[in-house]
Amino acid sequence: MSRAFRRPIFLAGLLITLALVAVALLSLVWTPFLPSKMNIVHKLKAPLEYGLLGTDQFGRDILSMLMVGAWNSLSTSILAVLLGAGIGTAVGLLVAMRRGWTELVVMRGCDIIFAVPPILSAMMLAAFIGSGRFTAIIAIAVFMVPVFARLVLSAALQIWTRDYVMAAIGIGRSKARITLVHVLPNISSQIIVQVTIQLGLAILTEAGLSFLGLGMPPPAPTWGRMLADAQTFLGQAPWLALMPGMAIALAVLGLNMLGDGLRDILDPRDNS
Amino acid sequence: MMAILIRRILSLVVTLLVVSLLIFTVMDLLPGDPAAIMLGTSASPETLAALQHQLGLDQPLPVRYLAWLVGVLRGDLGQSYTYGVPVAGLIVERLAVTLPLALMAVVLSVLIAVPLGVQAARRHNGLFDVVAGMFSYVSIAVPAFWGGLLLIILFSTMLGWMPAGGFPGWEAGLLPALKSLVLPAVALALPQAGVLTRVARAAVLDVMNEDFVRTARAKGLSERIAVWRHAVPNALIPVVTMLGLQFTFLIAGAVLVENVFNLPGLGRLAYQALAQRDIIVMQDVVLFFSALVILMNFIVDLAYLAIDPRLRAGAQ
Repeated sequence: MSRAFRRPIFLAGLLITLALVAVALLSLVWTPFLPSKMNIVHKLKAPLEYGLLGTDQFGRDILSMLMVGAWNSLSTSILAVLLGAGIGTAVGLLVAMRRGWTELVVMRGCDIIFAVPPILSAMMLAAFIGSGRFTAIIAIAVFMVPVFARLVLSAALQIWTRDYVMAAIGIGRSKARITLVHVLPNISSQIIVQVTIQLGLAILTEAGLSFLGLGMPPPAPTWGRMLADAQTFLGQAPWLALMPGMAIALAVLGLNMLGDGLRDILDPRDNS
Repeated sequence: MMAILIRRILSLVVTLLVVSLLIFTVMDLLPGDPAAIMLGTSASPETLAALQHQLGLDQPLPVRYLAWLVGVLRGDLGQSYTYGVPVAGLIVERLAVTLPLALMAVVLSVLIAVPLGVQAARRHNGLFDVVAGMFSYVSIAVPAFWGGLLLIILFSTMLGWMPAGGFPGWEAGLLPALKSLVLPAVALALPQAGVLTRVARAAVLDVMNEDFVRTARAKGLSERIAVWRHAVPNALIPVVTMLGLQFTFLIAGAVLVENVFNLPGLGRLAYQALAQRDIIVMQDVVLFFSALVILMNFIVDLAYLAIDPRLRAGAQ
């Protein structure tokens, strides 16, 4: 019952996410205007007055900037999550294989990394190596490592107690081989679900970093910086603050719904 | 009970030490000389050497770390380079904004989430459940800083009810000060409320099927009493846990929201320190925030022991 009930969430999430990816890819080959083209005569135009969604303080087309922003936001977030998920998964698998004191050390380490919000680590990084996409990716990825290490460890430990793993140990398979052949494939659906959900968080974080000026530098349009710029013109052109925020919220909403939907479909245990 | 407490405290101390060492080492390993960064490119070699000496950068790493740590333990966090005042004083001053802001946000998010989650669980799969589910989806997806901008547009620009930003200071009176924190607190609370609603709902659903709730209902207690007296208190444990886990995000949100509303809090201090290349202030604020998160998790652990009689019994 609840499974069928929740399917619309999966479908809605899938549709929103696909639309987001399509817009991001489309922006690579086509946008209505050049997103960096300034047109001071037509600055701060309302939606439909000039272009579909109006123009910013330099007369740049909002729709075009949003489209390129989708690509910038998505590509940064995907790179960051894949990096964090890759390292975190490797660490989790390794610890599940070895247990003992490594488990204690790694888990404490996870607590510690988790204690520094990505916004703050990005600030620390930015002070030394400057802000930009690289800083944003590293800051987000570092935060993702403990998320995936914890998840993979607890999931992998369960697999290590299964009969077929016992059997594999019994016939003398190496731990590394068991990890790759039995453990990883059996927890992969949980990792995929988590990647989807963490992508939403990464987009939120990337937007926050860009809002503070710690993301990709201008003139590359990002949703976060569009909001930061819009704040200066809240009185004159409040609509400027609507669209980039909607884009962020919609992207995160889509990914979260997709993640929840995937969890329902892939993980039959959690059916309450 | 005592043994568990001592073990937790020891682990807390070790974690805090490691965090401080980590932050210090990372700041040290990163390319770039703090003194050079602080002075900019135009500084003469003599000025640079003088600042390096003043900051103790000519000492080896372990000596510097120990000096810093001893300072931190004595409440001396060093001097801010740009403000020329002790960092400890700066942090305390800014905390007077961030702490009330965070507290208001936490209280508000619980006040929204618990009733919403409990009602959603009671009307499981009903209309209310669906609406509450949509609320949590949307509020999690809306970034706090955008929520803040929308609140400013609505309540300041359009309606003129609330200040658009800034903080008059506590000396201006309790009411104006609190008033300037209301919109930021709401912006900060909504994403938290979304997460907590889900947790509360799931927890109540879990607990409602347990024996003691069924017994309560069988005793003839009304459903409402059974839920609020038995199911809700038990459901609060995961809510409190989630509050602790979400504390990192609360701090990240505060950094952003303080910048949206121009509030002179800790998050804004860290941001300004970055703009002014005030490395010492940044290092101290990051340490302070991290210590706060760790402390929070520690408190949640203790709250666990206090709330859950099973854990308490197991510990004795």
